Amino acid sequence: MLDDFLVRAFVAGLALAVAVGPLGCFVVWRRMAYFGDATAHAALLGVALSLAFSISIIVGVLVVCMTIAICLVRFQGGQYGVDTLLGVLAHLALAAGLVAVSKISGTSVDLHAYLFGDILAIAKSELVLIWVGALVTLFLLVWRWVPLLTLTLSPDLASAKGFSVQREQLVLMLSLAVLIAVAIKIVGALLITAMLIIPAAAARPLAFTPEIMALVASLLAIVAVAGGLGLSMLADTPSGPSIVVVAGLIFLLTNIVAGRGRRKVR
Amino acid sequence: MNSETLIKASGIFVQYEDNVVLHNIDFSIGQREIVTLLGPNGSGKTTLLRILIGAIQPDKGQITAQDGLRIGYVPQRLGVDQRMPMTVRRYVGLGARCNKDEQMYWLQKVGLQDALKQQVSALSGGQLQRVLFVQALMADPHILILDEATQGLDQQGEASFYKLIAEVRDEQGCAVLMVSHDLHVVMSASDRVICLNGHVCCEGEPTIVSAAPEYRALFGLGTEGALALYRHEHDHSHDHTNEHSHEPLQNHAKNQSNDH
Repeated sequence: MLDDFLVRAFVAGLALAVAVGPLGCFVVWRRMAYFGDATAHAALLGVALSLAFSISIIVGVLVVCMTIAICLVRFQGGQYGVDTLLGVLAHLALAAGLVAVSKISGTSVDLHAYLFGDILAIAKSELVLIWVGALVTLFLLVWRWVPLLTLTLSPDLASAKGFSVQREQLVLMLSLAVLIAVAIKIVGALLITAMLIIPAAAARPLAFTPEIMALVASLLAIVAVAGGLGLSMLADTPSGPSIVVVAGLIFLLTNIVAGRGRRKVR
Repeated sequence: MNSETLIKASGIFVQYEDNVVLHNIDFSIGQREIVTLLGPNGSGKTTLLRILIGAIQPDKGQITAQDGLRIGYVPQRLGVDQRMPMTVRRYVGLGARCNKDEQMYWLQKVGLQDALKQQVSALSGGQLQRVLFVQALMADPHILILDEATQGLDQQGEASFYKLIAEVRDEQGCAVLMVSHDLHVVMSASDRVICLNGHVCCEGEPTIVSAAPEYRALFGLGTEGALALYRHEHDHSHDHTNEHSHEPLQNHAKNQSNDH
């Protein structure tokens, strides 16, 4: 069954969808969109390193994204805001990645696949890594759920409850690094943040508690993956962007439905 | 530190750039004690609270807490708005050590039993205060720490709030540390008052503190007697105080005519 490239694509997309639900919620609640974007772009340095040293793309991206996450948590709170530090670090990594890719001799590198993803070209061996990454992200978030929610509500509240604000922030950023490594092959560096934000935002009008929002976000992401792959097959469109387009349509739909519901209540 | 002491501050010193915010802070809080931290704006009250809950480290000195001390902290506000969906019921149960029955008991007690399904972001200021309060209580704390908990409450709300604090102490057996501008309102509700202005100016039972010259210098009370009947704003400047700086208040004149 896994020999069919479409089935492999769906199984990979499923892994992504499961993880972006809860993680995307934190990105939305904590306004981390810029963090996701910049780190994802920096992932290109990871791609370059992987090609240079002939290691798995996922591992290379993971190393770069984790390094950035650790640096940010370590050096925040000084004269620079987190976004400034991130802007320096991530864009330095992106630029260095582009320079490095141009210098890699031999094979000409198709950056396109890493910018927009190539879910249809995912190999069986990569499926395992993708699922492991997605489950690690999910495990970290479920394990630290209450501390992370508390931190998001009020950092002082988290301190008072004996949670380390810095450690919980690190957990969240590392989860994001793992997810980016997993997702780069699927939707590409440019659209990872879209997959984090859009399903979570689409789930918001349907949810009354944080847990329901995370769950609904995952379900909507699954629908987006299935729908996007279908669209990609039928209309012969690029798969990564197609998934994001479907996710965007779902966002419109849930907002219209919720708007109607609210009017009825009144 | 004896066994009755829950948390103790010794030699706390904090400075931001060249500005010394806190110095020579020594005090401790014992079991079941209700302590009020009193001080004008900029006196370092919030900084001191944040040191006690472990949110910031002092530059010098240390906090010693009883092993496994659980703190129930009531922040002034929450950092998220409508971005995060959160019902009152879910928020109160977040990381709670107390069971559902106890949660309901206290929600009823503060009059929120009908608001369980409401979104926290849609609550009024007074309702939010009570939700934050119950959530802090559900950690089954040894000590409750409240930052400006009565801000935004009217006089009646404030009075019933202090009654609630006393009930919490009696029923849950926890100590309470709160912050206030206003000695006369907390007078009857506190066992001890710590008067803060960068350092501990004076400390003791409310009646003793209100008579202390350090307190007079800080808050500039010229008269005695019937004052307790009136709500009295302290963070304005009186002409006859010059030792400490105070923030001006717009309705200064009105207050004076009421009070004097």
